[in-house]
Amino acid sequence: MAVALETDGLGRRYLTNWGLRNCSLQVPEGSIAGLVGPNGAGKSTLIRMAAGISTPSEGTVSVFGERVDPNSATFLARVGYLDQLRPFYKHLSVEETLEWGARLNTSWDKASATKWLVDLEIPLDWKISLLSIGQQAQVALAVCMGKSSDLLLLDEPMASLDPLARQGVIQMLLDSVAEKGTTVLLSSHIVSELEPICDYMIILSKSRVQVSAPTDYLLANHHLLVGPHESHTFDSVNVISSKIAGRQATLLVQGDPGGLGPEWQVISPDLQDIVLAYLAKPNAEPFVPSSETSELNEGELS
Amino acid sequence: MIEFRLDRHTGVPAYRQIIDQVRHAIHLGILRPGDQLPTVREVVRQITINPNTVHRAYRELELQGLTEGRTGSGTFIRHSLSEVSGQQPKLLGQLELWMKRARDAGLEIEAVEALIAEALQSMKEEE
Repeated sequence: MAVALETDGLGRRYLTNWGLRNCSLQVPEGSIAGLVGPNGAGKSTLIRMAAGISTPSEGTVSVFGERVDPNSATFLARVGYLDQLRPFYKHLSVEETLEWGARLNTSWDKASATKWLVDLEIPLDWKISLLSIGQQAQVALAVCMGKSSDLLLLDEPMASLDPLARQGVIQMLLDSVAEKGTTVLLSSHIVSELEPICDYMIILSKSRVQVSAPTDYLLANHHLLVGPHESHTFDSVNVISSKIAGRQATLLVQGDPGGLGPEWQVISPDLQDIVLAYLAKPNAEPFVPSSETSELNEGELS
Repeated sequence: MIEFRLDRHTGVPAYRQIIDQVRHAIHLGILRPGDQLPTVREVVRQITINPNTVHRAYRELELQGLTEGRTGSGTFIRHSLSEVSGQQPKLLGQLELWMKRARDAGLEIEAVEALIAEALQSMKEEE
């Protein structure tokens, strides 16, 4: 498996606080990786270091096998970054913004960028400042994707968009991935909007990595167990979260619960259940299988 | 042509649902040999889904010998499952007889469903 983004012991300190620490993960090439976590978990810190905007305090970050170097022309051409504040020259028109993108980039796909915006019914002759927040987000993404880069780093691309605009943005992304095999890392607060599109998941909490795994593998290795409260002792699994209601216990566990008695019901959790369980327990055992393990097991699953 | 749909709450992986829907459509004769499956981009537009997932489902269908990918033109159905289809009316008749016996024995619909699910499960395990 080729790796698009790799971090090893990556950390970033802001004065005395760590924004991110001991971050070691690999995002496979061609995947759409979702990055979730509460505010302040380190999502933007990770994305900014991968984009070369911010320098690591410790550890390393590499893109397509090369250490991130913001002065390298190759790096700049291969990586697209969308800041969560979506900075623009607001007095430029949409068309002028696309022209500006063309002048700043060696490879620039003006035809695609224009087509996306026309499809989304964005008036090209309007100034950016006159567009709605949702339209501005779509222009920002179109500019970012117009670079034709191999790795897109998108910080909250769907924040403050209405459901229809979200759908438009997601469709634009999927189109580009289907056509060009672009690798995407995108952060979001809303797990349900990541679930259908992300085949890789990273969960950050309190400046550390809690989960980094292919989505299918993550789902296949977690179970919801419902059964009598008094009999719950498990050796073969990690209990990530437990809820007790009277005599009934509901546990979210990582691992194969094996031969449970008939009093236990085993349910497949959805991504939301898993993310919430990990976020509620920042000290839970991290789930970061090596790429060899998860690939092997994925093969067995199918 | 076939239009896919995804149920996000079954716990069945998305690529598996696509495979099942293609197999099901072949069984029902909705897809016949020579028919084309929608391209990955079309599927991505129909149902918001990761393109890699569609690729994976299509790869698996090809491995199962049900489809063939023709470079540049798409993915096509190769086999009808007609050997099975020919037997279908007879098998359905026998199943209906069995259902009637189950009802006469006083089984509720849920109980019948549970029995079928159990029989399917043990058949899958034997395979």
